[in-house]
Amino acid sequence: MSVFAVAPALPLHAAGKYVAGAYIVFLAIVLIYVAIMATRLARTERELIELRRDVEERRRQEDGSAPSERSGSSDREREPVA
Amino acid sequence: MMYGRGLRGLALATALTITVAFALVFFYAPLDANQGFIQKIFYIHVPLAITALCGFVFGGVLGAMHLRTGDRKWDIRSYVAIHMALIFGIGTLFTGTIWAKASWGHWWVWSDPTLTSFLIVMLLFATYQPLRFSIEDPERQSRYASVFAVVAGAFVPLNFLAVRLAQPYVHPRVLTLTGGNLPGPMRLTFVVALVGVALLYVTLWKYEMAAKSTRAQVRALRRMLLGEDSVTPLKRSAAPS
Repeated sequence: MSVFAVAPALPLHAAGKYVAGAYIVFLAIVLIYVAIMATRLARTERELIELRRDVEERRRQEDGSAPSERSGSSDREREPVA
Repeated sequence: MMYGRGLRGLALATALTITVAFALVFFYAPLDANQGFIQKIFYIHVPLAITALCGFVFGGVLGAMHLRTGDRKWDIRSYVAIHMALIFGIGTLFTGTIWAKASWGHWWVWSDPTLTSFLIVMLLFATYQPLRFSIEDPERQSRYASVFAVVAGAFVPLNFLAVRLAQPYVHPRVLTLTGGNLPGPMRLTFVVALVGVALLYVTLWKYEMAAKSTRAQVRALRRMLLGEDSVTPLKRSAAPS
């Protein structure tokens, strides 16, 4: 007979902390993962903001060298990035 | 591909299924005659283990697709599948050791083939990331990683079969091809918990794929709009870019 089959049932006050521990571990792993992913998402968001800033800066420089081409680009500038 | 498509619905379905599963675990499933309340760990430990092992096999299948097509998107999918399976595997080890301590009085029993073989699988896949990191050339990195994923993925079912045939074992056998010996309410609770954990795996896989895909698109957009020099080269990494 296996060790498992003959193991006596723990009383609730003793078993409760182990069961709670197992489920807390599960939730903690999910939460830690989501937190790490949130950090990465924030980094991507920063990159997107930098990209938008760099594109606008380049557009301003191009507009400065060729002012006649300015019209028509204003609608695009107002478009939200995300 | 838009990995974020359907992610919200999937996340809601996952949250709902896991909530229902937890409610069934604590308010519906009867107490085990031998183990009592401690058997409740079964409903989280076993689904995590099954999902982790299936995740490793899934990673191997995706690796095979990469070797067949040469398309690097399969390598990224395989990488994320194995990465997620490792996280679920860590959850399995932690919940398993807690259950072992409560049930057997020991955190780990080396003589149990199920425990030891699961640890071997985990250690095998723990070498996946260092393997990737050790290869600088991205093309070679993805090819070698896919070969590893296929071979290690094939090892998982073989290992599972070997353990099933091993005698004697300490681990209980409640799930068999003939239906096992779980009573109805326990089986229903277990199935809902398994579906919930499997959905969680799929949701997190899609979530990470969406994050990786978005970052890659931002870099590609920067390259397209501002030229190659505007993109800072990626540091050496185990993750495919």
